Amino acid sequence: MDKLLNDFSLGLFVWQTLLFLLLLFLLKKFAWKPILDAVDEREKSIEAALKGAEEAERRMQALQADNEAAKKEAMIERDAIMKEARDTRDDIISDAKTAASEEGVKMIASAREEIEIQKKAAIAEIRTQVASLSLDIAEKVVRQNLSSDASQKELVNTLLNETKLN
Amino acid sequence: MRLKNFAKALILTALTTPVFASSQDSDHSDSDHNEHTTSHQNDAVDTKEEIKSYIMHHLEDTYHFGIWDAAGISFPLPVILLDEGLHVFSSSNFADDHGHHDGIAESNGKYYKIDHAKIYRTDAEGTLTYDSHHHATNVKPFDFSITKNVMMIIITGLLMLLLFRSLGKSYAANGGISKGVGRFLEPIVLYVRDDIARPNIGEKKYKKYLPFLLTIFFFVWFLNIFGLTPLGVNVTGNIAVTFALALLVFLFTNFTGTKDYWMHLFNPLGNAMPWYGKAVLYIILIPIEILGIFIKPFSLMIRLYANMQAGHIVLMSLVGLIYIFGNMMGGSLSFLLAFAISLIEVLVALLQAYIFTMLAALYFGFAAEEHEHHDEAHAH
Repeated sequence: MDKLLNDFSLGLFVWQTLLFLLLLFLLKKFAWKPILDAVDEREKSIEAALKGAEEAERRMQALQADNEAAKKEAMIERDAIMKEARDTRDDIISDAKTAASEEGVKMIASAREEIEIQKKAAIAEIRTQVASLSLDIAEKVVRQNLSSDASQKELVNTLLNETKLN
Repeated sequence: MRLKNFAKALILTALTTPVFASSQDSDHSDSDHNEHTTSHQNDAVDTKEEIKSYIMHHLEDTYHFGIWDAAGISFPLPVILLDEGLHVFSSSNFADDHGHHDGIAESNGKYYKIDHAKIYRTDAEGTLTYDSHHHATNVKPFDFSITKNVMMIIITGLLMLLLFRSLGKSYAANGGISKGVGRFLEPIVLYVRDDIARPNIGEKKYKKYLPFLLTIFFFVWFLNIFGLTPLGVNVTGNIAVTFALALLVFLFTNFTGTKDYWMHLFNPLGNAMPWYGKAVLYIILIPIEILGIFIKPFSLMIRLYANMQAGHIVLMSLVGLIYIFGNMMGGSLSFLLAFAISLIEVLVALLQAYIFTMLAALYFGFAAEEHEHHDEAHAH
């Protein structure tokens, strides 16, 4: 203790105190403040970046959920549209079928009518043909100078019968 | 949290309580003094007494900056004395014919001589008178010389300014990322902030104390490390230096003390006990608390001083052993031991800086503490 007190240097103590305070002041002003400020700022920016990333993640998730919902909605809508289309198609087909069958019936009816008309026309034509044919036959018979009355009569009958049959 | 830190501090204190080397409170025997003068003649330091005196000299402050004293390589430093007027002269004035600083320096008609690393006023012949404790009784002028230790403090201060200024500047230049030597220093700065200042002082007030803690940490650490270099400086192992540091901690603690801090000192029990109960206890408690204010920084002073001093003594003794053994076996053994101790001393250099800062932060934490729950209790 005695040596400690004897060794104590007042000058060194004074210098140490003054120089340390000066160093403290200078470092505080030129070193610690810029260093700590820069580090603080960096930490804040990192924090902000992390928060931003989190926020982006959350937003992305929200977006994904939105997308999912929109997709589902679209599917539902698509299904609805498809169903409607199918219904419409079926309607059209059945309508067309009905229309076609009606038309068919009409056509068949008109065809029958036509056939009837044609038949009648044909019969009429056949009649005239038969008449002219009979006339021709008659003419031929007349021209032939009939060999016998009986055979002539028979021939005429036969011809007549044949003509009736026609 | 506070309790845990306190326990940590207690363990640290216990671990690092200095082991006083017996050689430290060595007597200034006549033989000691004579040996060192005789040792100058043959220049080899190889006896037990010579080594002991060499170590003691190494631990002391000097007026010149010796790089290699044995070879006479040293820089003179300015001597500044206040002795009925200002005396400023070079320490080379003390140099004698052998290049040792045992001569008599003359300044403005006054004569000065160095004895045991202190300047005394003498007469023209350099007569020193001693008391029974072998202390010189001559007049001791007020001595504000730029000694080796002051020089080292200045160099360390400049180095710190250079390093940390460049670190501070590198952020702006590199977009918020440190570069160069700052890469190494920045984590340490952040460690002091996040693991010393913040937990001990608290989130609210740590910023006020942080510059002081950072400065003291790096100052002590750098000087401790310088003490391990062959420059042979022993700044942090000097009681005047540690006293100055501890005093600043003491002043800073008490001048920033909150109302709660002082309440804790003078009314530690608060409303937990009626006044007549407290009066009896406080006769004992308050003196202890007041003593505590002084003991805390005092322990800081002694711990750093004694640890660094002891480290230097142990290291130099082990190196000195090489010359005492004087043979291959003992010499190499001492060398290995000295090498191992050197490595430990590197750790101690950091550890002591850490402990000093840690405890200073703890004391600042006491000073800065505020009990919100007290106010709440009164309000309801």
